[in-house]
Amino acid sequence: MEKLLNWVDARFPLTASFKAHLSEYYAPKNFNFWYFFGSLALLVLVIQIVSGIFLTMHYKPDAQLAFASVEYIMRDVDFGWLIRYIHSTGASMFFLVVYLHMYRGLIYGSYRQPRELIWLFGVIIYLVLMGEAFMGYLLPWGQMSYWGAQVIVNLFAAVPFIGEDLSVWIRGDYVIGDATLNRFFAFHVIALPLVLLGLVVAHLVALHEVGSNNPDGVEIKKLKGEDGHPLDGIPFHPYYTVKDILGTVVFLMVFTAIVFFAPEMGGYFLEANNFIPADSLKTPAHIAPVWYFTPYYAILRAIPPMFGSQFPGVAAMGVAVLIFFALPWLDKSPVKSIRYRGPKFKIALTLFVIAFIGLGVLGILPASPLYTLIAQILSAVYFAFFLLMPWYTRNDSTKPVPERVTQ
Amino acid sequence: MSDKSVDNSKRRFLVTMASAAGGAATLGVAAPFVMSMMPSARAKAAGAPVEVDLSKIEPGMLLAVEWRGKPVWVVNRSKEMLDLMARHDGKLTDPASENAAQQPDYCKNPLRSIKPEYLIVVGICTHLGCSPTFRKEVGPADLGADWPGGWFCPCHGSRFDLAARVFNGSPAPTNLVIPPHKYLSDTKVLIGVDQGAAA
Repeated sequence: MEKLLNWVDARFPLTASFKAHLSEYYAPKNFNFWYFFGSLALLVLVIQIVSGIFLTMHYKPDAQLAFASVEYIMRDVDFGWLIRYIHSTGASMFFLVVYLHMYRGLIYGSYRQPRELIWLFGVIIYLVLMGEAFMGYLLPWGQMSYWGAQVIVNLFAAVPFIGEDLSVWIRGDYVIGDATLNRFFAFHVIALPLVLLGLVVAHLVALHEVGSNNPDGVEIKKLKGEDGHPLDGIPFHPYYTVKDILGTVVFLMVFTAIVFFAPEMGGYFLEANNFIPADSLKTPAHIAPVWYFTPYYAILRAIPPMFGSQFPGVAAMGVAVLIFFALPWLDKSPVKSIRYRGPKFKIALTLFVIAFIGLGVLGILPASPLYTLIAQILSAVYFAFFLLMPWYTRNDSTKPVPERVTQ
Repeated sequence: MSDKSVDNSKRRFLVTMASAAGGAATLGVAAPFVMSMMPSARAKAAGAPVEVDLSKIEPGMLLAVEWRGKPVWVVNRSKEMLDLMARHDGKLTDPASENAAQQPDYCKNPLRSIKPEYLIVVGICTHLGCSPTFRKEVGPADLGADWPGGWFCPCHGSRFDLAARVFNGSPAPTNLVIPPHKYLSDTKVLIGVDQGAAA
């Protein structure tokens, strides 16, 4: 065994890579609950890839056959129902985990210098994930698939001048049709997953280059012991692999409970209208995107048309997502972690969380004048969190940051 | 290796030219892939006109037919429906069909039709492409007592009257689109071909 390992190591940096990224990658010793979600996101990615591969063995990307092939998977393929429910539950859990992972970054300032690129790669991962989820949602070719895709592709048609041609190019037809389904399948099963894997590698390489942040937001690399390792660091393996295995076990308990007992999650993970085949002549009485898109959908609906065009709403929705890119440069606070920040940031963050969740709820509900007004207020709060950040973080009172991490 | 010193400007020139040529080649190779995603010849050819027999549609009823994959509504507007039509011009964005992109010239009138009673319209909301619901009843509880009959879009709440004209305050910016159509006889209409064009 030893000889085999030596043989490999002479030709490939196996032991060296294991040391660099696991057994001698020093992570801060004060990781807490919020640090489960990075490794869980990786786990869900693997779950989605594996379950997705098995679904493609039975699924037919053809407008005539797609809906029936999904029902075939559910009824006739041995354990097809299980694999499909794992995949559909995985989609929702992916977003849940990613949202919590992003929130961790927000509260501990993990996007701050020198980790801006980690954050940027992460935001691109989030964008690709949204595309991946949206295209995957068309594949069952149900009513919600069809009309959801119709609405989202029409968002591109609102772009001035080139919009109409752009939306035709995306669809490959003048309406959502077989051509659209076929290409979304291609993007969903191969193009975007490849991009996603590459981005995850870039995210981790950048992370391991600068080292992990921690709940205190102090740089552990500043204080090193005589052995050259950070005083407040512990090797990722075995300490955090063991911690992450605990997180994995708890997560899989929740995951399997959903798969077996509530795969549709009362219509939030799999919407009722999607059990009706796509009908290009009839829109369901109430359409809403899946829960993880509803905050942005509420922003889209909150902005009224201006100058005879719905582009302002579409632009606001786009900016609401893209504004995450600017976060590292909007935050002017001298401290990173919420533990040492003052009340202004804490209030702003609380309002932002309320706005994000509130918009998510409103995006599920049908439009009404009162709800639209609330959505407009919450949209203003959402954008104010980012746009006023340079001001309130600079003027905020802060507590002194310790030299070493705390317990 | 010769002992001549490296000619940096020549090197820079060669690198620039090679990069430009490579960039141009990349664009050239990308073009067929990008264009392959446009509608195929088959998709372009699929827009055949649709013939509708109007005699089957009772007054007040709507018939939905498929044209180029989209729903097209043919509505036989009753006398009562037409009577209500002129009373809410002030609440409409474009009551006289001024926006030329939304209908052919021969339907550029308040009723947006060739014959007053028959409205022929593409049933796709001009907001984000949902198909609005036909709500012909006057003054239902959920749409308000002054609702004159028309369409309500379930996706984002756009409202249209029975000439498919959008009400102020809807997310939809324009009236629904009237497709090109021509009457073959008193009761036969061909959707997809302009009036005056050869059939």
